[in-house]
Amino acid sequence: MFGYEFMREAFIASTFIAITAGLVGVFVVSRNMSFLSHTLSEIGFAGASFGILIGISPLAGMIIFTLVSSIAVGSLSTESSRREASISAISSLFIGLGILFLSLSSESSSYATNILFGSIVGISSKEVNQLMILALFVIFVFIIFYKPLAFDSFDHIGARAAGLKTRLLSIAFLITLALSVSIGAQIVGSLLVFVLLTLPGATAKYVVHTVPKLIMVSVGLSLSGVWLGLYLAFVTNWPVTFFISVFEVIAYFLGLSYKNWKLNH
Amino acid sequence: MIEVKNLTKRFGKQLVFENLNFKINDGDFISLIGPNGSGKTTLVKIMMGLEKKTSGELKIDKQTIGYVPQFRNIDLDYPLDIEQFVRLNLKFTLSPKKRCEDNEQIKTILEKTKLTEIKKRPLGLASGGEKQKAYLAQSLLNDPRILILDESTASLDVEVKMQLMDLVKELNEKYNLTVIFITHDYELTKKYTSRALFFKNKTIEEVNVSDVSEDMFEMRG
Repeated sequence: MFGYEFMREAFIASTFIAITAGLVGVFVVSRNMSFLSHTLSEIGFAGASFGILIGISPLAGMIIFTLVSSIAVGSLSTESSRREASISAISSLFIGLGILFLSLSSESSSYATNILFGSIVGISSKEVNQLMILALFVIFVFIIFYKPLAFDSFDHIGARAAGLKTRLLSIAFLITLALSVSIGAQIVGSLLVFVLLTLPGATAKYVVHTVPKLIMVSVGLSLSGVWLGLYLAFVTNWPVTFFISVFEVIAYFLGLSYKNWKLNH
Repeated sequence: MIEVKNLTKRFGKQLVFENLNFKINDGDFISLIGPNGSGKTTLVKIMMGLEKKTSGELKIDKQTIGYVPQFRNIDLDYPLDIEQFVRLNLKFTLSPKKRCEDNEQIKTILEKTKLTEIKKRPLGLASGGEKQKAYLAQSLLNDPRILILDESTASLDVEVKMQLMDLVKELNEKYNLTVIFITHDYELTKKYTSRALFFKNKTIEEVNVSDVSEDMFEMRG
């Protein structure tokens, strides 16, 4: 399998994607932002279409769109009760734009399929390098902001009471989330990147009870999912996203069952 | 010490309170009472720097306040255990010496708040009283000189309320901790606090703790 260059590239890229998504996912789940990460994926699709239309790379288009929209959502919704409505409004606009850009561009529909559902053959070594740099940037931001971000994510009210600048943290987090969506979409596709950004983090919280362990389990599940997915996709020629989704969903339900079992014993 | 002179707060045109004047000394156990919407939480938010005053003076050292908020979103699936929840309030450090000190501090605070035995229990599965103790423990990190309890006993049954208040009283007496207790419970006010500040007609007046009565919580602010 590793005799093929595209598979080597896909493995390297997926490894970085999985580490980033697993790490960010713990905070997505604890900040109740699963809906936003799903929406950002759709916005990423619009960004990629925009990139194709104006002749820049789809990844650059995705980054621009997800960054702008995540900061817009962050500024529009200081109150969580308003957040879902602002997210819906912004995502509707961007999905509409995505469809428009794609219909205006001359690329074939298979390109759109790649953006939406992901592809393991579409990654060039130049793109792998870009992904690695972005992933390392996200990880670096997390190391810098780890303590206050964990406080704000796992106890927002306590963090505000302790005088943390929660608004600033929220924007820093949204930027890393936007980047993670753009990175993750390259392999699993923009429609299903939220699988990696939510399920491993959600599963971890049923199994372990400290922030470092949550991160370890989430990253572990995310990595196992993409590695296994890539291998099975290579062997069967079925879509990699299918295998990743099935693996993460099974892990989620096993995690949930473990928690329920533990409660009764 | 906290000193407030002619403190006024408005939200737009709406007056919350005006010309508040009072002093709180170190080691006071003070209750802040009054009906819903009278401005109790707004006042403590101003003290902590989370809200801006409209006019007046407030002398207080903000770095030394521990605050136990009224609400928190801790559901059954909340993942962190009690010790980890308390640790959230620690500052980031790479220094091994500071880490040792932090661990020692956590150990002491869990002992002080009688949480040592259940420190590995997920907070989502803890009882109401245990949760309140965990919130209290977290707010006691970084050695605050002032502790603000915002209706922390509201959802607890009588026995658990008393246990929590006994604990706060112990901390107040042993460590000369100033406690500001926002409450709707006149029995707790009488039993535990040494002074009472009563919000009435958009301002505040000090009343004798022994004169605090149930009807003081029922009038509109």
